[in-house]
Order: sequence, then structure tokens, then C-alpha cells
Amino acid sequence: MPAFPQAADASTRNTQLRANLRHATHTIRAKRAAAVAELDDWSRLRAAGAAIKDRTLRHLDQYLEQLESAVTAAGGQVHWAADADEANRIVTELVRATGEREVVKVKSMATQEIGLNGALATAGITAYETDLAELIVQLGDDLPSHILVPAIHRNRGEIRDIFTEKMSQWGRPAPEGLTDAPADLAEAARLHLREKFLNAKVGISGANFMVAETGTLVVVESEGNGRMCLTLPETLISVVGIEKVVPTFQDLEVFLQLLPRSSTAERMNPYTSTWTGTTDADGPRAFHLVLLDNGRTDTLADTVGRQALRCIRCSACLNVCPVYERAGGHAYGSAYPGPIGAILTPQLRGTQSELDASLPYASSLCGACYEVCPVAIDIPEILVHLRERVVEGGPASVRGTRTVIKPAKGHAAERAAMRAARWALDHPRLLRTGQRLASRTRRFHPRRLPGPGRAWSDTRELPKVPEESFRDWWQRTRGGSGTGSGTEGRKKTT
Amino acid sequence: MRVALFITCVNDTLYPRTGQAVVTLLERLGVEVGFPEAQSCCGQPQFNTGYRHETEPLLRRYAMAFRDYEYVVTPSGSCAAMVRDNYPRMGAKAAAEGRGQELADAAAEAVPKTYELTEFLTDVLKVTDVGAYYPHTVTYHPTCHGLRMLKLGDRPRSLLAAVKGLNLVELPGAEECCGFGGTFAVKNAAVSAAMGADKARNITATGAEAVCTLDNSCQLHIGGTLARQGSTVRPVHLAEILASTEGDVW
Ligand code: SF4
Repeated sequence: MPAFPQAADASTRNTQLRANLRHATHTIRAKRAAAVAELDDWSRLRAAGAAIKDRTLRHLDQYLEQLESAVTAAGGQVHWAADADEANRIVTELVRATGEREVVKVKSMATQEIGLNGALATAGITAYETDLAELIVQLGDDLPSHILVPAIHRNRGEIRDIFTEKMSQWGRPAPEGLTDAPADLAEAARLHLREKFLNAKVGISGANFMVAETGTLVVVESEGNGRMCLTLPETLISVVGIEKVVPTFQDLEVFLQLLPRSSTAERMNPYTSTWTGTTDADGPRAFHLVLLDNGRTDTLADTVGRQALRCIRCSACLNVCPVYERAGGHAYGSAYPGPIGAILTPQLRGTQSELDASLPYASSLCGACYEVCPVAIDIPEILVHLRERVVEGGPASVRGTRTVIKPAKGHAAERAAMRAARWALDHPRLLRTGQRLASRTRRFHPRRLPGPGRAWSDTRELPKVPEESFRDWWQRTRGGSGTGSGTEGRKKTT
Repeated sequence: MRVALFITCVNDTLYPRTGQAVVTLLERLGVEVGFPEAQSCCGQPQFNTGYRHETEPLLRRYAMAFRDYEYVVTPSGSCAAMVRDNYPRMGAKAAAEGRGQELADAAAEAVPKTYELTEFLTDVLKVTDVGAYYPHTVTYHPTCHGLRMLKLGDRPRSLLAAVKGLNLVELPGAEECCGFGGTFAVKNAAVSAAMGADKARNITATGAEAVCTLDNSCQLHIGGTLARQGSTVRPVHLAEILASTEGDVW
């Protein structure tokens, strides 16, 4: 994967992509604002959500053990996975043990994160995505580009073409003469998927929440496909990040208000499925919970960055982000795009690769993401914190061990420039000499800059350096005395 | 009332007229202003790019330069936000790293007396009509830091609304970032330019003669983009509008 700026450079030039994204994000952002404005206690709900998550994270070890006993007591089995490889291995073996070669999947960020579908394919097991948008992505041999709407970068025409061309390779073909009307597309998907639901013996899901006291898992969704996957198969395997636990059933009261309004701008999501272990004569006969770490305890060890673990994956931050809107989700190079991706990915994966080191810079720090986040994650604060880790290195937890990491490669010139600039700025007299030099040579300043400055002057004019800096004007008119008329000696420059 | 001006490095070097406008305006309102020459940059570009340690001397310098003043007023929302939001963070981090309380104390001294210009006018001086006259059609771009970090709310608009002769027109997508973001403009040039281009097109479409901001850095980006698009809309700092009177047109 290229670093973010290169990937984004290509997508900003894709006018169709930008039009699709602009339309989709602006529509949902307006709806979200309206849905949130309906509740006059939104700010208190938001604070409550953040507080519950923070308290849980502080005692995460205890809540996870409580969860494990509750799940086991209810007839489920708990597996612990330290990283993606281990999680994929566990799931593959569980599927193999059933003797099945096909599984149906509920849309899940955790399985995207670990690349489960690819790992299963290597083991000869086919995973069918059943969420409409995930289905589009899978049939199109594409990658998701949004947390909630993985195919947000596609328009209806493109979806029709994908269905017509690819459905037959995966099962029931698309109906003859399929149009791009949403109802027709949905019907084609329904018929295609129904076959899968009825035949599947194994279902794989994630979860939005896990309740420690009861061992209950929760999935919220809009289409109902998830519920079919959760209830019809004989074996259910859920892969869930360890940060998804909440202490009590009552805590859901807060999140089931925060999540739908922030994500789909609905007052209540259409389907809320909860399951606790196994039950006689109903639902799956066997239930496995795979608890995924994959960088989460490292994130937890960082006092600033751990806020990111509060995330409930609502995607509100993506929909308001001006950078996401122009760069598109693929530029972030992970399952988590947008502002949350820019802080979560470099924490889960580390900042060693060029791509991961570029992610904390994929923001103008405008603060729109923080403003909409339903659990008040201060995304700009974490971005700056991670930028420090990229350029200066420092203490961090890597695979559970405290260590001091080195600065990322390629920042030496910038670091030297920053030091020189700071030195000049900390010596105002020197600063003034520089300003005067710039004024005196103003006639010779080029309109376009060479080197890194080109990035500025390719699309923007440079300001003219004024004849006199403020500092010199003050000196000349006040002589440092701090008195006199403000207009005295003002040089008209326009 | 001892009031010091914090004329940021961008004001000082590239937009001295903004600083001169603040002086004119405050003196017209009967405020005695000083400009401690030991001041420098607030350190925002360094801090936001990840160079916290390089920013610490600038925090110290800021606290030292303004030590003798009751109020510090700055015509830059982002620099005021830097002082108010990030100086305490820097102090706390230095203390947590076992380097003592010195930076935390310096921050604690600087934060409560630092005001962005419109806050100072409306909250401290308690004026909204500053006696300005500006006979132009103007649209207003609220800057991200003013809007979301300082929560300036309708302060700038109420000041503009009281300006005689000024015709304020709405800017579509006003609350969206212009795409400057300091080093972001260079590190992610394509996205920054795309954001700037959309902002500039929205501004031109309003038919205004001038676009008013609270920050010279946004002005640098918006103005540069407008000029490259061949737009005739002028970027202007709010201070310059407020400094303008019938007798002294800026
Ligand atoms: S960071 Fe906040 S806004 Fe973004 S997806 Fe997570 S919970 Fe939603």
C-alpha cells in the first residue's frame, strides 16, 4: 500500500468517486444532525457513553474474565486470540471441525481487520458476505471503503453491473434484465442470499457489544440478514475485539441510543439481536466466542491513545470528515478508514510502515470528528499525540511489552527544519533580521516555489511579503513606547 | 487595564495590516495597548506536526513575554486555541515525564488571560457595535479553531451585524474546513488543495466582494486559492473591517 498522500492524490482526481462520496456523506451528515438534535439530553448521553467505556477499559481484565465465565456458564466456549494469525487459525479450525466448506457471515469489522475471508479461502473454505453492501464489495472483488456503508464509493449503475456479471459465479444469478432501481437491486440480493441462509451450517459474526454480567452478545443492523446468520446455522462463531465489553445489560440503554442516531440517523435500529450461549431447541447448537486482542492491549497502555478504544464504530466521524470525503476510504489502507482509522490503525499496527506513519497526518485537525463522536473521542488530540510518536519516537507498548520506539524514517530533514525554525522563533531579533531580508528582496520572490514548497504553489498564489513587518512598524511608529495613534505611518498596501 | 497584543508570526511577517487594525480598533475603544517585543510564535505549527519538545521553549517565551499584562489579545483563533488547549497539555505531559511543574505553571499563568479578539470585544469590553463602517458585501468563513475549539459562537457575526454599511451574505458550507491545517497543506497537498478549491468556489458563488475570517492562516490559504482561480473576492481579517470607519477607510 502507498502512503496516504499518494493514495489520496489519485482519488482526489477521480471525479466520479468524489461525486459519489460527496453526495452520500452530505446526505447522512444532515440526517444525523437532525436525529441528534431531537434529543435534548444528547450531551449527557454522550458523556455517559464515554464514562461507561472509560470505566470498563480501566478494569478490562476483570470484565473480560466475568464475560468468559458468563459465556461458558450459558453453554458457549471462549477462545483468546493475541493477534490476527491466531484468530484466523482458531476460526479455521472451528469451521474444519464441523466438516463444512461454506460459511455465511454477518457484517463485521473485526473479521475485516484480521482478513478472515482470505485466511478461510486459503484453507478451502468459502465465506459468503450477507450484508448488502459487503456483498457488493465481495462480488466486485473490491475492498470496503466505509465502516457502515462499505460500498459507499459505488453508485447504482456500478452495482447493477457487478450483480449481473458476478452473482452467477457465487450462487443464484441475477434476474434477467436487472435495472438499477434500488428495489430491484435489493430483491436480486435477497433471492441470491436466501439460498445461502437456508443451506448454511456455520455462521460467523462480530458483535457491537458484549455484556459481562450475562455473557450476552449484541448485533445491531438494518437489513435483518444478520439475524438470519445468527439464528439459522448450527454453529455460530463470533469474533469480537476485547474492547467491546460493557459491564451490565443496563449499560446498553445508553449505547442503543447513541449508536443508531450517530450512524444511520435512525431513532432505533431496525434489528437488535442478542444471544447468550446456546439454548435448547432454538438457534445454534454450538457457540464460540473468539476474543481478539490484535494490538488492543498496546493501545490500552497508552494513556492518551486509549480513548480510541471507546469507539462504537458508528462512522459519524467519516461522514463529516472533509479529508475522507475527498480521499475516499481505500486511501487509509485498512479496515478502518476516516478519522477513526487515522488514529486506530497506527495504534493497532504500530507506526513502522510508511503507510501507518502517514495516517496521523491525514487530517487538517479541523475538529469536526471530535464534535460528532458519540463517545467524545478527542481525535485531534490523539492525531497530534501519534504524530509525536512518528517524528520523535518515544515510549510505547509493542505486543504487550514497554519499549522505546525509534522515530519513523524519512523525517530527518523536517526535524532539522523544525529545530532551526524554533531556534529563530525563540530569538526575536533574528526573526526580525529574516523578515527584513524578505522585505528587501520581495521583488525577486518567485510566483512558484521549488522543492517541497511546490506542494503549496501548484494550486495557490503566494502572498506578497509586505514592505514592513508589524514588528518594524511598531518600532518605527512607537519606538517601543506603546503609545501613539494606531493609524500613524500606516502604509497602504492594497 | 493592561492589554498586550499577541501579533502572531503570520500576522507579523505576512499580514502586518491585521495587527495595525487591531491597534487602531482597540485604541479607538479607549484601550491602552502594548506590544512586548520578546513575543514570538505560539508554536502551533511545531506542536501540531508532532514536535512537542520543540514547542516548549515557545511556551516559556510566551509566558515570560506577557507576564506583566492582565490581558493578552490576539487576532488569531487558532493561536488562541493553541495557548488555551495545548499549553496545559504540554505542561501536564512535561510534569508526567518527571520534568517538574515549571511548564504547567507557565501554562496556568498564560491560559486565563489569553483572549481571541472577538472574545475580548464581546466578553471583556462588552461591545458589539464598535463604530465601524464598511460599505461592502461580505461573506463570513468561521475558522475551525474559532468554531470548534474556542466555541466563539455568534460573537463574530454579532460584531459584523453591527457594522454600518456592511451587507452580510451567507456562505454555503461555511463550517467546513478550508483545508489549510498548517503543514497539512504541504504534507497532504492534493486533499488540501481540493478542500481549498471547493471553499473558494463557494465563496465566489456568494457574489460577495470580500470574505471575512478570524485567522490570517486561513486567509493565506483561501486568498491564495481564490487568486489562482482568478476570483476577485478579497480575503479580509475581521479586525480590518472593525477598524474601518467613515473617516478612516481600511
Ligand atoms: S470514533 Fe466516534 S464518531 Fe468515529 S466511528 Fe468511532 S464512535 Fe463513531
